[in-house]
Amino acid sequence: MALYLAQFLTGLAGAASLFLVASGLSIIFGVTRVVNFAHGAFYMVGAYVAYTLTERFEGAIGFWGGIVLSVLVVAALGGLVEILLLRRIYHAPDLFQLLATFGLTLMAEDLVVIIWGPEDLVGPRAPGLKGAVEVLGQAVPSYDLVLIALGPLVLGALWLLFHRTRFGILVRAATQDRDMVAALGVNQKWLFTAVFCLGVGLAALGGALQIPRDAVNHAMDLTVIVEAFVVVVIGGLGSVGGAFLASLLVAELNAFGILVLPGVSLVLVFVVMAVVLVLRPNGLLGRAEAPARGTGQMSSRPWRPLDAKAQFIALVAVAVAALLPLWLGPYGLAVGAEMLIFALFAMSLQFLMSTGGLASFGHAAYFGLGAYGAALAVKSLGWPMIPALGCGVMLGLAGAALFGWFCVRLAGVYFAMLTLAFAQIAWSAAFQWTAVTGGDNGLLGSWPDAWAASPRAFYWLSLAVAVGGIGALRILTFSPFGYGLRAVRDSSLRAEAIGIGRRHTQWVCFIVAGGFAALAGGLFAFLKGSVFPDALGIPTSVDGLVMVLLGGVGTVSGSVLGAVVYKALSVWLISQTDYSKLVLGAAIVGLVVLFPSGIGGFFSAWAGRRRVSTRATAAAPVEAAE
Amino acid sequence: MNQSLLRVESLAKSYHGVPAVRGVSFTLERGEILALIGPNGAGKSTCFNMLNGQIRPNAGTILFEGQDVTASSPRSMWRRGVGRTFQITATFTSMTVRENLQTALLSHAGQLSRPFGKANRAFEVEADALLDRVGLRGQADRSCGELAYGDLKRLELAVALTNSPSLLLMDEPTAGMAPKERADLMRATAAIARERNVGILFTEHDMDIVFEHADRVMVLNRGELIAMGAPDVVRQDRQVRAIYLGEGLVHGDLAAAQVRH
Repeated sequence: MALYLAQFLTGLAGAASLFLVASGLSIIFGVTRVVNFAHGAFYMVGAYVAYTLTERFEGAIGFWGGIVLSVLVVAALGGLVEILLLRRIYHAPDLFQLLATFGLTLMAEDLVVIIWGPEDLVGPRAPGLKGAVEVLGQAVPSYDLVLIALGPLVLGALWLLFHRTRFGILVRAATQDRDMVAALGVNQKWLFTAVFCLGVGLAALGGALQIPRDAVNHAMDLTVIVEAFVVVVIGGLGSVGGAFLASLLVAELNAFGILVLPGVSLVLVFVVMAVVLVLRPNGLLGRAEAPARGTGQMSSRPWRPLDAKAQFIALVAVAVAALLPLWLGPYGLAVGAEMLIFALFAMSLQFLMSTGGLASFGHAAYFGLGAYGAALAVKSLGWPMIPALGCGVMLGLAGAALFGWFCVRLAGVYFAMLTLAFAQIAWSAAFQWTAVTGGDNGLLGSWPDAWAASPRAFYWLSLAVAVGGIGALRILTFSPFGYGLRAVRDSSLRAEAIGIGRRHTQWVCFIVAGGFAALAGGLFAFLKGSVFPDALGIPTSVDGLVMVLLGGVGTVSGSVLGAVVYKALSVWLISQTDYSKLVLGAAIVGLVVLFPSGIGGFFSAWAGRRRVSTRATAAAPVEAAE
Repeated sequence: MNQSLLRVESLAKSYHGVPAVRGVSFTLERGEILALIGPNGAGKSTCFNMLNGQIRPNAGTILFEGQDVTASSPRSMWRRGVGRTFQITATFTSMTVRENLQTALLSHAGQLSRPFGKANRAFEVEADALLDRVGLRGQADRSCGELAYGDLKRLELAVALTNSPSLLLMDEPTAGMAPKERADLMRATAAIARERNVGILFTEHDMDIVFEHADRVMVLNRGELIAMGAPDVVRQDRQVRAIYLGEGLVHGDLAAAQVRH
């Protein structure tokens, strides 16, 4: 009993930091509609800065003063980021800000290593709070008790800020309807900057307060950002009270999960999130998002199948790719095959995002299921490669059918978060179900059949599959089914009124995208000869998102270009520099600022302008004849 | 007994205990144009959304061609032959004008699950015929996102006609259009009603349009029908004048009755 109480108190203490981070994320999203992926990075930087400052200054004033100072420093840094970067891209397509903040996160991970070194840093204990208090015979660190008290204090302070100050009222108004707030003459620019500073400051406080409890390290950003996303979604986007409740729930689940259900502890939080989202689609205390004004952000020029010239260019590109083995060695061919596999993976995500309008944060689940399905068929059943690939695709389709059935009940960020939850569940299964998946050690020995074993043969196989898959998805996009999907995406109201069922159409889209991702995953298992849980991990999902956004979410298949550029860049950078994340992150941020509609979007806009100008000159005589 | 196209009996709906529509009953015949008017907040849109299956009524029945369709989904209403336009236009902004119609025609033909073949080559003739009908043929290849508001309204009408409906529900079909455009659109609509024997129910704030084109007019106020009948009869109704049309209205001076938003 006493053990449970101590564990409960540990959970409460963990909830405090989580609440700080999550409430900041929630406030920023509520007002600016930016999914701030860099929030975890600010949390991490907060911890590092606080480490330095509290080491420098002694005593109680030094410790607490150092923490406050680090919050101010990081908040100012956040303001700088908002002014220099985010302001330029608020009007870019949805999720583009996610890409930019993801770039920032990559940069931050390398920057902290450069500044503070790669070792874990253990910060000073809080002066006067180094001991423990005995509760029912169990020692509870007194610093934990301070944290437990701090959570409700911050919640109260935020409540006062939002309900008793002019700034807070503006923030709440903007959360509900920012166009109206702008129409009333409020300077949105500075409101957004202030909100971003506030949110980042809360994240930094969460990080700084952790230093007496945990070692500071350069991977703490990813752990916390995923948990903060989960908390925000369970609590309801934009709801600070909801974030408080949800952080208690998540922290206690973490604390007791290890005690009660160690086998599935990793997955527990995500199962709870999935259940909450299915039962309460807007989170515990969230309200339905107000419908966006005006037409959708996707009202680009209508898509067209490739014209003769573009078909020719595509054909030349495929021919050049097919001839590459004449020059490339085994390493180059392996990299080439990986690019092709990821081009197919990215294209399957693009079909879901661009044609279906469903931005998934967990598309790696189906990539990974395909990889595990194929590897298991080879290892356990002794199947040859092609049937094994089929087995992988079937597993991916089955997973997408099951998870998708729940996901298409939601929309927008909630949809994205539920896909993330399911991907994490799949990842946890791969990680913890050691008997079948080998857990952390992965599955080894999934090599291709003899006919495809040489690097050249496997490269050509990958090329054939990728070109076939990408072509099939393009045909699907321009088929009646693709139009049905776009109809649902553009206006589900109108779609239902002309007999198109939203859920069913989107569910089929989800399954199709999952199937093609699984095909890519299966090939990946044969390329590497092994599968590890990473294949279903968040970084893989994020890689897919980056490729799509880089290629242009408003295009049909710009992601192919995005995948090639992104893979080439990351492979090349890893071979060139120790700080590949820093350069890659900076490159992503630069690309976001230079090409706010993606690389593919930029080229198709450029081609579109040329087409319009040639058409205008060609049309002039016709008009004269009429 | 002669079976009405649409028979609505004591339809009611309340939101969080606040009644929006209370016991509305009426019938609509084939080829008839029936106008539903009333002040803002009278419950017109709620009525429409119940007829189209978008909102579930609390009480009452809706019979369409003699069959009980109360609380059927918008999809099944469309399959039964009900076309609808929205007060705030709902179109597929990433498509061209013609593709909007092609999508609807494909859906009507049950071909929207076909995973191959080019959708923008399907039903071109039918789509262009409908565009001719509403005067949008010249804009067929333009992106729907760049159309003027009046043209979007026309497109809405064309889309609503793709399933050859026997009943058209039009929620403020001419709102936001220039006066001449309004008259043109309503003339085209009326012609469709006569030629194809389509029953039309529409709401409108432009009293010129209402009294010129409607065969019958019903007036909704605070969720209740307070008058129904031929335009001339409704126009003279004291209660209607007090609540909606205004006392300043004299015979032949209809322009003054335009409701200011």
